[in-house]
Order: sequence, then C-alpha cells, then structure tokens
Amino acid sequence: MNKRSSIVSNLDWISVLLYLILVSIGWINIYAAVYNDAHQSIFDLSQNYGKQLMWIGVSILIAIIILIIDSNFFRLFAYPIYAFMLLVLISVIFLGKEVNGAKAWIQIGSFSLQASEFGKFATALALSKFLSSGKRNLSTLKDLFQSFLIIFLPAVIILLQKDTGSAMVYSVFILTLYREGLSGNWLIIAFFAALFFILALLINTLYIIATIILIIALIYWRWKAVRRYKMILLAIIIASSAYITSVDFAVNHILEPHQRIRVQVLLGLKQDIYGAGYNVNQSKIAIGSGGLSGKGFLNGTQTKFDFVPEQSTDFIFCTIGEEWGFLGASFLILVFLSLFYRLLFLAERQRTEFSKIYGYSVAGILFFHFAINISMTIGLFPIVGIPLPFISYGGSSLMSFTILLFIFLKQDAQRFDTI
Amino acid sequence: MYHKDKFTNRRYTLLGIFTIVALILLIRLAYLQLYDDSYLLSAENNVVRKEIIFPNRGLIYDRNDSLLVYNDAIYDLMVIPRNIHTLDTLRFCRLLHITRDDFQKKIKKAKKYSTYKASVFLAQLTKDEYAYIQEELFKYPGFFVRQRALRKYTAPIASHILGYIGEVNEREIKKSSYYKPGDFIGKSGLERRYEKLLRGKRGIHYSLVDVHNREQGSYQEGKYDTLAVQGHTLQLTLDKSLQAYGELLMQNKIGSITAIEPSTGEILALISSPSYDPNLLVGRIRSKNYKALSRDSLRPLINRAVSGYYPPGSTFKLLQAAIGLQEKTITPATSFTCQGPNSVPIKCTHFHKSPLRLDEAIQQSCNSYFWKVFKSILDNRHSYANTREAYSRWLQYVYGFGLGHRFNTDIPFEKKGNIPGPAYFDKIYGKGHWNALTVRSISIGQGEILVTPLQLANMAAVIANKGFYYPPHFLRKIDHKPDTNFRGKIYSGIAPENFEPVLKGMREVFESEHGTARWYKIPGLSVGGKTGTVQNPHGEDHSIFVAIAPLENPKIAISVIVENAGFGSTWAAPIATLMIEKYLQDSITRRPLQKRIIEGNLLNRMKKK
Repeated sequence: MNKRSSIVSNLDWISVLLYLILVSIGWINIYAAVYNDAHQSIFDLSQNYGKQLMWIGVSILIAIIILIIDSNFFRLFAYPIYAFMLLVLISVIFLGKEVNGAKAWIQIGSFSLQASEFGKFATALALSKFLSSGKRNLSTLKDLFQSFLIIFLPAVIILLQKDTGSAMVYSVFILTLYREGLSGNWLIIAFFAALFFILALLINTLYIIATIILIIALIYWRWKAVRRYKMILLAIIIASSAYITSVDFAVNHILEPHQRIRVQVLLGLKQDIYGAGYNVNQSKIAIGSGGLSGKGFLNGTQTKFDFVPEQSTDFIFCTIGEEWGFLGASFLILVFLSLFYRLLFLAERQRTEFSKIYGYSVAGILFFHFAINISMTIGLFPIVGIPLPFISYGGSSLMSFTILLFIFLKQDAQRFDTI
Repeated sequence: MYHKDKFTNRRYTLLGIFTIVALILLIRLAYLQLYDDSYLLSAENNVVRKEIIFPNRGLIYDRNDSLLVYNDAIYDLMVIPRNIHTLDTLRFCRLLHITRDDFQKKIKKAKKYSTYKASVFLAQLTKDEYAYIQEELFKYPGFFVRQRALRKYTAPIASHILGYIGEVNEREIKKSSYYKPGDFIGKSGLERRYEKLLRGKRGIHYSLVDVHNREQGSYQEGKYDTLAVQGHTLQLTLDKSLQAYGELLMQNKIGSITAIEPSTGEILALISSPSYDPNLLVGRIRSKNYKALSRDSLRPLINRAVSGYYPPGSTFKLLQAAIGLQEKTITPATSFTCQGPNSVPIKCTHFHKSPLRLDEAIQQSCNSYFWKVFKSILDNRHSYANTREAYSRWLQYVYGFGLGHRFNTDIPFEKKGNIPGPAYFDKIYGKGHWNALTVRSISIGQGEILVTPLQLANMAAVIANKGFYYPPHFLRKIDHKPDTNFRGKIYSGIAPENFEPVLKGMREVFESEHGTARWYKIPGLSVGGKTGTVQNPHGEDHSIFVAIAPLENPKIAISVIVENAGFGSTWAAPIATLMIEKYLQDSITRRPLQKRIIEGNLLNRMKKK
C-alpha cells in the first residue's frame, strides 16, 4: 500500500494534466472533423471519434500498467525491447500492409498498427541506456558513431518502408545528443544543412557554391585570425559544395515524384493548388478562415465538408484552427510548450543519467512531431505525414506517445527509489 | 538534489529552440488567421460550389404551331476517379457494353483531368441504356449519372433546314467566352443560325459541397441561385405537313422543292432530296451516321434547294417576257414566227403554231420567241448605246428577281447562283466583241446562268406579287411574337401591268389545250406555271417547274426540280401541283397521280446515265 501511494503522490500530476488536456482537445476535434448528422453516438465504432475513444481508454490502461511496472524494467530491458522493435520493423517491410504508399502497418484482427510509431520509444530507451552506461564521451568518434548507429538503424528501416516522415523524426535525437555533450557545431551544421537544402532547391547550385566561396574568401581576407584554419575553410567549401550538389541530385533523382512535388510546392516553385499543393492550400484556407475566435464547435465548414484530406489524422490542426480560431490554436501551442518546459524541468531533476537522457528524448520526439505537424498544416514545411502527438486520430500514435511519456513519468515518480 | 553535469546549461539552448519554434508557429498563425483575409474569401469559394444548370434549348414549331423540335433527356455517366473503390472491372464493362481496353482508356483520361473532380466517363446514354445501368450503378462508387437534354424531332423531316447540335469544339470555345467544354452548340442549319436565341441562359445553383462534390445542402436556402432559362421558342414559316408531303413525293428522286408565300416571303416548304432523318444526327450515334451520310454518293447532306446550281431553263422565259414588256421592246400583242427545229440561232423543240403571241409563247415554251425577245432587249439602240449597256440594264432586272445574289436572311448554306455580268463576257469575247447572238443561250435560261431552286421559287413569287418580293426566310415568331426581320419589300423594277401577260401565259400552261402542263389541272383551283427542261451533260435532262396559285390571290409560289427526270411536264409539274393542292386544299383528289409520283423511283436513271 505504501509503495502504491508513493506512486500516486510522486507522480508528476502537472504532466498528467497536460496529457489529459491534449488528449481531450484531440478527441473533441476528431469528433468535429468527422461529425455528421448520420452518426451521433460518440461510441459509434464505425466513426473515427468512436474508435479514438476506445484508443484513449486503451492508452490510459497502458499508462496505468506502465506506472505499476517497476521502473527498472525499462532500463534493464532497453536493448531487448530495441532489438525486438528492429525485428518487427524489418518484418513489416515484408509482411506489412500498405497504407498511403507506406508499407508500415501490421494487421491485428480488424485493427492496423503502425510499427514505426513504436520504434521511437524503443530507440529512446536504447540510446538512453547506451549513453548512461559507463563513461561515454560524445566527442570521441567511437561513442558518437555507436550513438548514431542506435538512432539511424530504425530510421533507415523505416525509410525502406517508404515512410519518410516517420524516419525524419529520428533526426531529433541530435538534440538529446547535444544535451549529452555533442559538440554545438553539430547543431550549427544541422542548421546550415537545412538552410542549404532549401537554397539548393530554390537557386541554381552553382550560384550557392560561388556565394559560399566568396563569403569564405571575404572572411579569410578581412579576418586574419582565421587564416590559421586554411584546411578547415577549404573543407567547409568542399563539404558544403558536395552537400548542395547531392541535395540537388537527391531531390531530382532519388525522391519519389510526389515527395519532390510537395517540396517544390512548399518552396513556391510550383503553383498547383489542385494537385500536390491541394492539401496545403485547403489546410491553409481552413485555418485562415478561422480568424480570431474561430467558427465555433462543429461549425467549421472547411473541415466538415471533407475539403481537407486526412483531417482527423495529420491535419487535425486545421479543425482546431478553423473552429477555435487563433485563440484556440495558440492555446494548444501554449499547452504543448508547457508540456515541453515541464518535461525539460523533470529531466533535469532526474537522478540517473538514464532517466534524464530518456526525458530529453521524450521532449525532443514530442517537440519534433509538434513542430513539423503544425508547420505542414500552415504551409511552413512539406507534407510529410506525421501525427500531432495526443491530438491526431490513430491508435498507434496515441498508444506509442502514451508509452513514451509514461515510461518517463514512471521514472520520474520513482526518482527517489534509485541509488 | 538535482543531478548536475557539465552540460546542464545546454538545457537553456534547448528551451530556447522550443520557444523560438513555438513563436514562429504563433506568428505564422497570426498572419494566416488575423492578418491575411484572402483565405477567408477562399473558404467561401470552397464550400459554396457553383453548379451550372444547363438550360433546355428553345422549342421549334412550324407555322401552325405544330411541334418540330423538342428536348429529350439523355444521361452522361460521370466518374470521380478517387472515389472509385472495390470495382469489379469485368462486370462493370459488361454492364456498359465496353471493352476492358476502353475502360482503361476512359479511366486514364478521367484521371488525367482530375482525380477528385467529376468528368464524363461515357457520354449521352439513352433513357433505355440509363434505366439498364441505373439499377446496378450503386455498386460502383465513384460513378454517377448527370442528366442533360438532347434534341429530338417529332418527324423525320426538314433535317437540312433544322440542322443539328453537338458539343462545342475548342475553336468554338475560343471564339466565345460563353461556352465551356461539354456545352452543346448549334452546329448547322437553323440550330446554328439561331444559336443565341435557342441556347437559353444557364442557371447557377450554389450548394455546400465537400471535396468529392457531394452536395451537403443548398447555400443560404438558394438565395443566390438563378434558374436556368429555357431558350426562346421559335416558330418557323415551314408548314410541317407540306414539308412532310414534299419529302414523301421526292422520295427516291434527286432534286428539290421550294415553296414560298409570296405575300410575306415565308418559306412554306424547302425540300432537298435525298434527305435523312434528323434524329440520326443526335447524340452518340451522330458521328457514325454523319460519316455514313457524308460518304453517300447521292450526297444527302447537301441542301440542293439552296445550294444546288441549275440553269433555269425555260422558266427563265417568264422573266425575259416581263423585262421585254418593261423595256417596251415587245408588247403583249407582239408576235414572232418559229421554224421549229429549223429555227436559228436557237432550235425550238416544241411543236406549235407559228407565228404566236407572248402568252402563247409562254404556254408552249417557244425558244425562238424568247430568243427574239432577248435580242430585242439587247439590240435596243433606241435606249442604249450598245449591247453592253443594254445587257447591264437587263441584268438589273434579273437581279431584281432575286437572282445572282444571296438573300442573306436566315437560310443556312444559301448560295448566290451565277448571273454573268458584262465584265465576264468582256473577258471571254473581248470588250465590244459580243452581242445578243454571242450570248444567245441566256435567252432561254441556259448557258452561264445558274440559279438555286430557292431563287427560282422567289422568281415565281415576284411574278405572283407582280413586281416585288420579300426575301425568303424561315423565322416567323419568337416566343409567339412575330419577328420583324426580313420585312422589307424589294422591287424588281418592273411595273405590275407587265406581269399580266406573263400570268396569262402561265395560266394557259395548265388551261390551254396545248399547255405544257395541261394534264395537271387542279380541280377548282386556278394555277399558273411554267415548265422547264434543263439539258444535263451528265445524263437525262433535269425536269423543272415553277408555279403560282391561286392566280387571283397567290398564296404559294413554288419551284420543283427533279434531276434526270426528263421533261418538266413529266415529274416536276405534277409534283408542284400536288404540293399546291396539298397546301391550299389539304386533301388530294388526284390519287393515281399521287401514287405514281410517290412510287416513282428515278435514282437508277442517274446510275445508268
């Protein structure tokens, strides 16, 4: 009894409250997105909101189970869980069901689960375990390489499933690595990589390379202190040139046509509001038409009439933006931001390396989904099809985010038990 | 106590990243939702979809308000590719009677247009086809039927006049901003001539629809909807039963009948034979049938009545007589001699007494007489310095009969015929090197002179009116109100009294014991006519007849041309009189004659040559 009450009293109820707020917002808006006169029972399992209600129940059950399980379980079994998920991911390539071009689903009875969703917490566990065991130093090549291996192995498998969006999520672990000592240069490199990526698509690659050379030459000429690093400057030029050229090549030769068009539409290279740009445009219209206070619950015309595709899953933010307006949408963003702050706060108060690193991973993953999903609905990022955590319809994503979060909350609740 | 490490401060970088990204999202949202109101407008367009309601084309009636053309529902099978699922292609193809290849091609085309917008999968299904498919259609999501209207004809007549409609082509869309792909447009005949009157006005229905074009209700209870307005109802000058009767008489013959009401210029009947059923050029069967018709060696698509060129032959003598009288080179009492086959410079093949008066010459169609009339006109040095001047004056009269030019009213495919001017002869013979003798064949309506059957009928109308005509036309009323176009009298320049001897001669054609149409008197009706036989280098002569009835108060002027039918009196004259009888008395007393004409088949004559 004592132990149980300690969980209840030690559990971070602020996080749980934020979680419940998000899940509720999600369900209400899924209901609004699919609402029609014909099906009004909220338990109607033929409708997404009915199913989501079931998934919420299942998720809460899973959360409770996780809270009951000994917190050491996940630390001890981090690698086996990771290995198991890798196997599942690989098998999905061969046995999976194809949905929207991605072969990433496992059929269980009448329900499909998206395996890649569950790869995230497994990878977070494995990475945390790896970084927390022994004295790891991310400035050594060996540790860095092994960390990258843990992160990118599932990402590559997911890429093979043709689920680019889910694979991209794994890049967020760079934030975890940064917190654990990865050189800040990596973040700068990542930033420039993203910048050059976009530039490479917008402008002729030769101009970009010429500009880079010019800037570096200018720096070299004006700023005598850097003259010592001739080789590094040269390496920067060569590396960035190679990168830009390969981006250009990748987009034009490696990306699937639909992905290439999505990128081009986002960058304004293509005006195609009825083709690939259709989703984004419809989504922007829906959100833009919401105004300050929105059209009111169930009064959204854009999302109600199926203009926005995937409106209860990847584009659920449209419904929120349309029916609740700027006020509602900003409220949601602030709730998310509060959750991220809270998670970082919790992570920093952890007493084990493992749970701290895991906490950062949880915050990072949730943040990445949040940022990318909302960005794509408001036209800041190409449509990559990843869900908004706790909000989007879908059993797989809700369960996996719940598992991800509650493993950490369990660690946090038991932070005094260890050592 | 918190766990500290040397990178603890890095959490602020991460906090910073999270905060900045959230701020960017907020700013973007504020821009979309608060600042930029273009998305608000877009939302209206999006939900409220404008749907065009196709108007029915105007109905077409005959002069007695008997319906000629109406609209019939047809059905387009539409497809929205992205809504297709669980499609049993094989069964679907069997249902539609199309092949799998066809199916693939059509789907591909539809997808190319749009995957989420409707496009035509199979166009213009008939009511029966639709009924057959309809029961099964619910099994094939993504497919639905759109109703449209096609033209239907109450009788298989007047196809040359009415014309047909078809879907607009790219050129027509470019030419007028009104048309959108898939619209119908009048392609020929009066359908084309009166397209703007007939097409009506498209209606607009605003409805709330989803992205699949599924209607979710009407927008603001139809406050902004406009109804489709049906095209104007046209009443034509045609007499449906006369037209039908004429086509019956002309069956298995090549030629034409044109009947005009002289007092108005209204065309009562315009028959070109061989003809075709206008229902053949409707809907999906159109292109197939059109191809077959256009390949037919008898060229049924040609409207011979308005575009066929024929020498007027002896009917032209009526005109020569009137001009001679007007120019005072002859009088009603003028007599000329005729040596029959020995006449110079033009032989006369008609055996009759000699010398003979004007009315007798008309009655017996004497070639010598009218050669002399023509010569007297051209050689009139009393009034004109030379042949050229005299000929030019003569030409003015000919034009005054409506020959040598188009009427430019509403007659589709009208041609102007050929009346050679002095310049033509100057070119051939040299200026000053031609005279009456050189162009003598014109005197009897042969040679370079070519007229259309319509012009011939109009010439008869001028004689009936004693000197003027109203340009022949088809449109009588628009929406039951008389149309005011084509109401200008055109004078031939010949005084009314100069037509009296001509009319007398025309009456004698029927009533005299030597008249060339004496066998075809209509009991109780005074008819005037003139036979003509036109030499045809390609086979037997064409038979021509013009007539006016009743002579006291002409109600119909008619021209009949039967190709390869020999003398004017054998085929053209009886057909003309049957038409007159039908129109004025509505019943035919001369049954055996009618039977002979209807059963007569002259098509083999042309082939035999």
